[in-house]
Amino acid sequence: MMFDNIIIRYGELSLKGKNRNQFIDRLYTNVKRKLEGFEQIRVKRSFDRMYVRLNGQPYQPVIRKLQDVFGIQTLSVAVKTESELEAIQQGALAALHEVENVETFKVSAKRIDKQFPIHSQELNRVIGGYVLKNKEDIKVDVHRPDVDLRVEVKKEATYITGIEFPGAGGLPVGVGGKVMLMLSGGIDSPVAGFLTMKRGAEIEAVHFHSPPFTSERAKQKVTDICRELTNFGGRIRLHVIHFTPVQEAINEAIPDNYRMTIMRRMMLRIVQQLADKHGVLAAATGESLGQVASQTLESMNTINEVTNLPVLRPVLSMDKTEITAISKRIGTYDISIRPYEDCCTVFVPAAPKTKPNRERAGQFELNLKVDQLVKEAVENTEILDFKQSEQVEEDFQELF
Amino acid sequence: MIYLDNSATTKPYPEVLETYKAVAEKYFANPSSLHGRGGEAERLLAQARTISGELLNVHSKEIVFTSGGTEGDNLAVKGTALYYQSRGKHLITTRVEHPAVFEAFAQLESLGFEVTYLPVDGNGQVSMEDLENSIRSDTTLVSMIHVNNETGTIQPVEEAGRLLSKFPKIQFHVDHVQGVTKVPLELKKAGIDLCTISAHKFHGPRGAGILYVREGANLLPLISGGSQEGGIRSGTENLPAIVAMAKALRLSLEASKGGIPKMKKLIGKLRDGLEGVGGVVFNTPQDHSAPHIANFSVEGVKPEVLIHALEQKDIYVSTKSACSSRESGASRVLLAAGIPEKRAEQAIRVSLSFENSKHDIEETVKALKDLIPELRKVGESA
Repeated sequence: MMFDNIIIRYGELSLKGKNRNQFIDRLYTNVKRKLEGFEQIRVKRSFDRMYVRLNGQPYQPVIRKLQDVFGIQTLSVAVKTESELEAIQQGALAALHEVENVETFKVSAKRIDKQFPIHSQELNRVIGGYVLKNKEDIKVDVHRPDVDLRVEVKKEATYITGIEFPGAGGLPVGVGGKVMLMLSGGIDSPVAGFLTMKRGAEIEAVHFHSPPFTSERAKQKVTDICRELTNFGGRIRLHVIHFTPVQEAINEAIPDNYRMTIMRRMMLRIVQQLADKHGVLAAATGESLGQVASQTLESMNTINEVTNLPVLRPVLSMDKTEITAISKRIGTYDISIRPYEDCCTVFVPAAPKTKPNRERAGQFELNLKVDQLVKEAVENTEILDFKQSEQVEEDFQELF
Repeated sequence: MIYLDNSATTKPYPEVLETYKAVAEKYFANPSSLHGRGGEAERLLAQARTISGELLNVHSKEIVFTSGGTEGDNLAVKGTALYYQSRGKHLITTRVEHPAVFEAFAQLESLGFEVTYLPVDGNGQVSMEDLENSIRSDTTLVSMIHVNNETGTIQPVEEAGRLLSKFPKIQFHVDHVQGVTKVPLELKKAGIDLCTISAHKFHGPRGAGILYVREGANLLPLISGGSQEGGIRSGTENLPAIVAMAKALRLSLEASKGGIPKMKKLIGKLRDGLEGVGGVVFNTPQDHSAPHIANFSVEGVKPEVLIHALEQKDIYVSTKSACSSRESGASRVLLAAGIPEKRAEQAIRVSLSFENSKHDIEETVKALKDLIPELRKVGESA
């Protein structure tokens, strides 16, 4: 008895008509890239599913990795046994031991090899009976079982399937163009990035760094988050903007209750330029409506004026608790709560304007060399690339 | 040299020592310092945590770096008992634990806790029935050694985990110090809440270990201070040892694939070789035992005498565990398995690493075959 392969079932993918092949190709690439570290594994695709041949590799870590790949609806493991009753019974029992919290099951056996002496109905009975005898706290439910154990008896071997794990859903990353994620290091923006990728978009990230007002460790937070997000996106490019000159100019020229608004407008202008330069079609932010002063509708309206780039706000309608729950699940929460200040918090005035308007903002900006500041910031961008296989930082590689 | 005392400690891999030296030299800053050098050290520490988590198949935040097995065991046992004492003061362990667990429980008894010590059968294993029957409404902790350090007997910790999963208020600690890299154990699947390992048992440096703490399991810290390791274990991190441990763990796990069957074969060879040698009785059971440990008694020969006699031939073995071998007398672990007192006093432990060869065992068997009859003669006449 052995766990032979993992079956990947596509989600919405199967609905997508003409693009289907392109979607499957992308998913195939993403899956293969995800499993690079497992040398024995082979991936095969077919029309409605993919097979991961384990070749002796334990399936648990593989499933765990695949659960981060968007475009997968469900994952299931198949057990391969000899086509002998006792082996099949043991295989079924072993398969059920793999699932947690299973209270009810049924067996759906199919005797494909008609030479096999026990017919399908009888097989259901003897396999089910064996499980009931050998596993505690489990019952048969033929109508709505937790697990429907499918047993296919073929001449060369018997396959037992039905042990399912949920996939990440969504669409394969890379089928939907590129989005520039504004990444502060806080809790919300990584979640926004995650959700953007869920719909198939690739993300690049932009971070505004203001040394010495913000420390290297604040930047480290962001690079750590990017690394974490590569679990879902494969590759992520981070643009680090040296933002100190812009902030200093704002502090000099703008009354303090408008500084936050103008700072955001400057950020968006920079993002717009970066987007044009790198073929990016939209920006994404972690803004949620009404959460803090800068996130009122008035504020969004005023800030958004400076760009005609679509600004995606995937967490807009979520409560903080919902966002936090996702950030914990995707592993960015613990990084986000490290206590280092980012550019949004260092320069925050005592009383930022909660209802700014476009006209006033425009007037204030007359005192600022907007174009030049933006141009210089874009020119001084530092680019960092992250790949998911790069588990160890380059400097540390030899140590491990 | 034929070194067969790997359960006491292993020889560090040369690559591991290189890492140790490189980190001690280059990344000496305190990971908590705010400046860039501190940040660098902090990143390296985080990297070691990530890698350790991946190797053990758990989340990196469930890794707590300790100074080794004794600390891990103490923190798990006392930290859990004290944290949950308002919930109950009844604890369960076995009669065959390593002193680091056993004595921690003894200390808790003196603080007013009640401890049930599960008996073992002739093979040295506890029964699930006994475990289930000892569980009470005020039980907060079960601690069980996976691979016994004296005999190599494997406890059914996976079964215990399955049983205990029905009691979510009971924490389950496994002392996996002898087992890690030699007897595979999937921590998550086995329903384990806390698990102790120690670097120097798998070719890592002294002074580093890991306590796995399942997310959601709480501990009262035993060492207070600057809140390192998530506040569970304060003290400036021993970065060189920690990084070297991560490397040793990776190398050992890689070596274990071929190494486990190889050691199994060698132990089999030792058993076969000593068969029929007068006075030799194996205390390690044939089944349910680790691939690297063989414990046997030689009737009529004091174990110290045999150890020193072997030492003269440049072969190194142990009596019971290194930690208690200075005390003479019968082994508590062997007595618990119903082995008569006389025999329990005469136990010798041979413990292998992946590095031992066929030649090592052949030489050892030869030496024992020469020595034992001679020493027994002396013993009789004395």
